[in-house]
Amino acid sequence: MTFYEELRHFADSIGLLAMLLIYLGLCLWPFRPGAKRRTNKAANSIFKDEADGQ
Amino acid sequence: MQIEAALGRAGLWFLLLLLSVAVAATAKDAGFAAHAVIIGVIAFVMIWVTAGRFDPIAGGRTFFKMPDTPSVYDDEIVRWGALATMFWGVIGLLAGVFIASQMAFPWLNIEPYLNFGRLRPLHTSAVIFAFGGNALLATSFYVVQRTCRTQLALPSLARFVFWGYQLFIVLAATGYVLGVTQSREYAEPEWYVDLWLTIVWVAYLVVFVATLLKRNEPHIYVANWFYLAFIVTIAMLHVVNNLAVPVSFLGSRSYSAFAGVQDALTQWWYGHNAVGFFLTAGFLAMMYYFVPKQAERPIYSYRLSIIHFWSLIFLYIWAGPHHLHYTALPDWAQTLGMVFSVMLWMPSWGGMINGLMTLNGAWDKVRTDPIIRMMVMALAFYGMSTFEGPMLSIKSVNSLSHYTDWTIGHVHSGALGWNGMITFACLYYLFPRLWGRERMYSLRMINWHFWLATLGIVFYAASMWVAGVTQGLMWREYGPDGYLVNSFADTVAALHPMFLMRMFGGLLYLSGALVMTYNVWMTLAGKLRNEAPMTETPHDADRDKPIVDSRPPAAAGAAPDAVPAE
Repeated sequence: MTFYEELRHFADSIGLLAMLLIYLGLCLWPFRPGAKRRTNKAANSIFKDEADGQ
Repeated sequence: MQIEAALGRAGLWFLLLLLSVAVAATAKDAGFAAHAVIIGVIAFVMIWVTAGRFDPIAGGRTFFKMPDTPSVYDDEIVRWGALATMFWGVIGLLAGVFIASQMAFPWLNIEPYLNFGRLRPLHTSAVIFAFGGNALLATSFYVVQRTCRTQLALPSLARFVFWGYQLFIVLAATGYVLGVTQSREYAEPEWYVDLWLTIVWVAYLVVFVATLLKRNEPHIYVANWFYLAFIVTIAMLHVVNNLAVPVSFLGSRSYSAFAGVQDALTQWWYGHNAVGFFLTAGFLAMMYYFVPKQAERPIYSYRLSIIHFWSLIFLYIWAGPHHLHYTALPDWAQTLGMVFSVMLWMPSWGGMINGLMTLNGAWDKVRTDPIIRMMVMALAFYGMSTFEGPMLSIKSVNSLSHYTDWTIGHVHSGALGWNGMITFACLYYLFPRLWGRERMYSLRMINWHFWLATLGIVFYAASMWVAGVTQGLMWREYGPDGYLVNSFADTVAALHPMFLMRMFGGLLYLSGALVMTYNVWMTLAGKLRNEAPMTETPHDADRDKPIVDSRPPAAAGAAPDAVPAE
C-alpha cells in the first residue's frame, strides 16, 4: 500500500469515526447535567460591562 | 521620544527608503516597481515623522483617546478601525456601482487601468477585505476586551496589525489597477503582498490570543470563539492557497505550487472557506455580541450558539467542491461538496433563529429602534442566503445556475444583506460609544439608510435572479438541428434591462452608505439632530380612566340584556 492509500483508509475509517464522535461530544457537552446554570451565566456575562468605551 | 531613539529609528526608515529605491530601480516589471515606490514614500514620510519628533497623532491622541492607565479599555485601534471601515466601505461600494455600470455601458471600460477585469477584484477585495476586514478587526478588539474584561494585550503589536493591514489593502488595490494579480479569486494579491499579510495576520492572532490569556472573566464568551475560528482558519487558508514560486525576487509574477484540478480545488477550498470563516464566522461573532447588547437581552440559547459554532467548524470546510460541479474534479468530490453544503443549511438556520429569537419579548424594538431593525434584516438575509446557497449547490440546480448572474445575486444577498447590514448596525452601535456621544446624530437617518439599503438589495437580488435564470435557459437551448439557439452575445443583449436594474440597486445601497457617512460625521462633530422620535405611543387622557358603569350609557336603565336573535 502506498502512503496515500494508507492515509486514505485511515481517513475514511478511524479518522471519520473520530471526527464524528468529537463533533457529537462537543455539541452534547453543554447539555450535560448542571450545565444550564453555567451557560445562562455565560450568556449574561456580556451585561457586566456597562462603562462602554471607557 | 528620546533623540537617540528617534535618530536610530529614522536611520532604519532611511535604510528602508534606500532599499526601496534600489528595488524600484532593478524591478523586473512596472507593478513591482510601483509597489517599491509606495513603500519608499511611506519610509520617507516616516523619516520626517520620526526625525522631526513630530507626532502626527498628537492631536489624534485626544480625538482617538489613547488610554494611559490599565483601568480603561484600549479603543484607539477600534476608533481607527471604525473609520477605516466607513472609508473603505464607500470606496468598495463606489467601485461596485462603477463596474455594474460597465456591464450596462461597455464604453465605461477605460483601458487599460480601469477596465472591468482590473476593477472587479478591486471591488471584491475592497468590500470583503477592506470594509469587512476592518469591521472584523475593530469589533474583535472591542468585543474581546469587554468580554474578557481586560485591556488589549500587546498594544504596539495591535497598532502594527491595523496599519500593516491598511498597507496590505493599499498594495493589493494598486496592484490590481496596475495589472499585478495571480488570478486566484479573492486571493489576487501576488506573493510578496501575501507574505506581508501572513506577518500581519500572525500578529493579529498573537494579540487576540494574548488578550484572551490575560482575561479576568473565567468563561470565554462565544463571540470570541467565532473570532478565533475566523483568525486561525483564515491564516491556514491564506498560507496554503497562496503557496507559489516567484519568478524573480525583484518581480511581481509567481506560479502556483499546484497544477490542474488540484489547483482548482485548493482555490475553491480557500474561496468557499473565505465565505465560511471570513464572511460568516467573523460576522457571526459580531452578531453574538452586538445583537444581545443592542436588544439588552441575552442570546436566546447559549447552547444553540455552541452547536452552531461546532457545526460550522466541522461542516463548512468540506463545502468548497460545489464551486467545481461538472468539471474535471472527481465526481465523488463534487457530491461530497454538495452533501456538506446541504447539511450546512441546518446549523445556519439554527444560528439565524438564535439571533432572531433573542428579540423574543422585545419585538417592539423593531418598530422603535432602527439599529435593531437593521440587525433583524441582516439575520433575515443570513437565513435567506444560507438557504439559497445549499439549494444552488445541488448539482441539478447548479447545472442551470452555474456561471450565470444568479450566483452574483446570491453572493450579494449575502454580502449586502447579511455582512453589510450587520456591519452598519454594529457601527451605529459603536460610534456614539467610542466617541462618548449620547447617541447617533440622527436616528431617522439610520432609518433612511435601512430602507435605501433594503430596497437596493431587493433591486439587486431580484434582477440577478431573473438575469441568471434567463441566461441559464438561453445557454442550454437547443434547436431541432442540435445546435445551440443563442450565441453568447444574444444572452448579453437580453440581460441589458436587468443590468440597469442591478446598477440602480447598487446606487441605492451606496446612497444609504453616504447617508450613514454624513450621520457619522455629524456624530463625531458632537452634534445631535433635533428630530421627532421614531415612534410616539399615543396617549388620550380622556380615555385613560376606569369604567364605572360597564354598560354603554344608552343601555343603562333599560331592560336586562337581551340575547340577540340569530
